Amino acid sequence: MNRALSAVFRRLVIAVPYAWLLVFFLVPFFIVFKISLSQTAIAMPPYVPTFGLEEGWSGFVEALGELSFENYLWLFGDPLYVNAYLSSVWIAGVSTILTLAVGYPIAYGMARAPSGVRPLLLMLVILPFWTSFLIRVYAWIGILKPEGLLNQFLFFLGVIDQPLVILNTTTAVYIGIVYSYLPFMVLPLYATLEKMDYSLIEAAGDLGCPPLTAFWKITFPLSLPGVVAGCMLVFIPAVGEFVIPDLLGGSRTLMIGKTLWNEFFSNRDWPVSSAVAVILLLLLIVPIVLFQRAQARTQEQGR
Amino acid sequence: MAGTWGRLNIAALVLGFAFLYLPIVLLVIYSFNESRLVTVWAGFSTKWYAALFSNRGLMDAAWVTARVAFLSATVATVLGTMAAVTLTRYARFRGRVLFSGMVFAPLVMPEVITGLSLLLLFVAINFDRGFATVTIAHITFSMCFVAVVVQSRLISFDEALEEAALDLGATPVGAFFQVTLPVILPAVVSGWMLAFTLSLDDLVIASFTSGPGATTLPMKIYSQVRLGVTPEINAACTLLIGVVTVGVIAASLVTKTREVQRRRDEQLAERG
Repeated sequence: MNRALSAVFRRLVIAVPYAWLLVFFLVPFFIVFKISLSQTAIAMPPYVPTFGLEEGWSGFVEALGELSFENYLWLFGDPLYVNAYLSSVWIAGVSTILTLAVGYPIAYGMARAPSGVRPLLLMLVILPFWTSFLIRVYAWIGILKPEGLLNQFLFFLGVIDQPLVILNTTTAVYIGIVYSYLPFMVLPLYATLEKMDYSLIEAAGDLGCPPLTAFWKITFPLSLPGVVAGCMLVFIPAVGEFVIPDLLGGSRTLMIGKTLWNEFFSNRDWPVSSAVAVILLLLLIVPIVLFQRAQARTQEQGR
Repeated sequence: MAGTWGRLNIAALVLGFAFLYLPIVLLVIYSFNESRLVTVWAGFSTKWYAALFSNRGLMDAAWVTARVAFLSATVATVLGTMAAVTLTRYARFRGRVLFSGMVFAPLVMPEVITGLSLLLLFVAINFDRGFATVTIAHITFSMCFVAVVVQSRLISFDEALEEAALDLGATPVGAFFQVTLPVILPAVVSGWMLAFTLSLDDLVIASFTSGPGATTLPMKIYSQVRLGVTPEINAACTLLIGVVTVGVIAASLVTKTREVQRRRDEQLAERG
């Protein structure tokens, strides 16, 4: 009795979330792929073929024949898309390195803080993450625009006599990404740095190793799992970012998330935006798998 | 030597937190500005809050957002907790690799892809877009965040406790609800809160999956921001920040008291 109930319980606990993710996460990707092979049409939905059930098997085969890789050829033929992919990867890569540079000292400072203060510091890092992403990006508009607070402050200090143009440039996008994704970098770094055995550093010091060398030879290599996890958590979503380049970047800032959005909402070209999404996904598969591996490894360590 | 490092650490923390909080603080300050211009301070005023509350469009959107967030967070917490149990307890079943992949992938998936793919699903099955589709979309991505949060707590949970309950005649369901759930409850609660704020916050996925009559607050804020900065939005943002801050602090205090209580109980049990 007990065992039978246990089996039912177990099966239910597995099946319900499994089925949900299959239907609402995996199946949609196949639909995206299928539509990326379709043609644009003036209809609703705006693509052909649609694989209607009413035409039966022969209709299905016929529709299958209408699929083509035309959209992909079109994407690779147009330098706009190729450049958008390249510049997204570039912007995301540079921002990831900048986030690491800003986040590492913070995580290190937290890990070396007295243990009583650490929960408070952790909370202070997490708190902005709970406040709206959109609002935090929006707040930067008021700071970065030509008559904004940053320029006023620099005028006041007498550092500049011409306002700096930052808003609507790629620099603003870098600032936006570093700012918004900082907690994603700091948290995994803190997790590895906090667990580290600092008597190793003391031993190195006793043996005559200067602090900076000790950092590069001991602390940094030991924190690599956190570095990898943090970089993945920043890089992957940053490549497809839409809100930051749209609000802070100018018309010349090219990012693929924004291109996909425009293709979908302005041009209403569903097949081409699906093809854009498929290639973006292919581009991200390697880093996503790396991230999942890193995640699995920390899980093993947790046991 | 230790002194220099200490000072450097404090400097890093002060600068880091200044960078994290300054934009938010400035936004809050300027929501009380008399002037329409965000960059000119013209005296203290709460008029933008009054304007906000008489703005029907914003208020309707806030109500839609609150309902979507509450419903999706609740369902996502149930599904995410189940997924966490599956990942930590059931080491072997067919398709486990696929399952763990599907749980972790949405955490990093660019929102434009998730949004577009869900929209195309709803169109393919002829499902009318609106309140229901936004809620389903939010459940899908936030259940994965809940799963990760709950899983981290379950990993450190001593399974012997549950086994003992089973040996004493509890049903598996009973053992879960009476032994496991109370222990992992803080993680389940913070998972719910995370799902709730993720839903409150989401612009991109909601824009793809919502239909007429289901405009969420971020969608409304976004369209107004694109038209130009209005101080009403500053007021709305300040209120949202306030609500979330109070909620997070309250929740962490609750978790902390529970944790302290639990430790005290454990110590007593060990001594007894």
